[in-house]
Amino acid sequence: MVPTSYYVLLSAVLFILGVIGVVTRRNALVLFMSVELMLNSANLALVAFAAARQDVAGQIVVFFVIVVAAAEVAVGLALLVAIFRSKRTTDVDEIHALRG
Amino acid sequence: MELILFFITAAIAVAGAVAMLLSPNAIHSALFLLLNFVAISVLYLLLRAPFLFAVQLIVYAGAIIVLFIFVVMLLGAEHAEDERERIAWQRPLGLTLAAMLLGLMGYIVLRGDQMAPVTALNEQFASPERIAAALFTTYLLPFEITAFLLLAAVVGVVVLHLSGAKRT
Repeated sequence: MVPTSYYVLLSAVLFILGVIGVVTRRNALVLFMSVELMLNSANLALVAFAAARQDVAGQIVVFFVIVVAAAEVAVGLALLVAIFRSKRTTDVDEIHALRG
Repeated sequence: MELILFFITAAIAVAGAVAMLLSPNAIHSALFLLLNFVAISVLYLLLRAPFLFAVQLIVYAGAIIVLFIFVVMLLGAEHAEDERERIAWQRPLGLTLAAMLLGLMGYIVLRGDQMAPVTALNEQFASPERIAAALFTTYLLPFEITAFLLLAAVVGVVVLHLSGAKRT
């Protein structure tokens, strides 16, 4: 049997990789992918805890997270396309219209 | 046996995530992310979650990755970002803080004496039938709310597209 802590450690590593992607990459699409990676690592921890407690509630939460992530990706990518239409770039450093 | 399978799958998941971060081409990033999602779905199977395994493959590996690849190709955004740094200390500082966060998380997980070890798993505890029963009784209201959420997302995408098209 695989201990729960192994799954949680793997989830932590994947989450940190997502964080590194968000703070170091500048292509908005890759930033988005890193956010998805972080959501997935949180899901993995939830499923591991659900298995440890033999409780189906954790898996229900993961199901809702996946639904929300799907909606979030659709709206986020539409926003990116709208930004690209006016700014002609997906580099987040180039988008500074709100700079004071 | 299960431990070996876990380590192989975990290595594939981490390798996919690292390759996604390092590849300069956004299309390659999306495909490495797909590898990571498939590895995580295999971990769901190891955790006796067959329903989430299917949902993960259909929604994440299917729909979301296809959407990403569509947008990358539509925008022609797959080229590498220029290496010139606007903020010189951004990358080292980010890596340092991420390493500190990982150390903190690892310390908490490894110290955790409250972490229950997985003992004799009941194979059927999360069968699709059980999940459906919970979803349509205890969690019926959140389930209905997700319908509104998806509707709002669809309307939002259409509105964003229309307002963007008017401006150009």
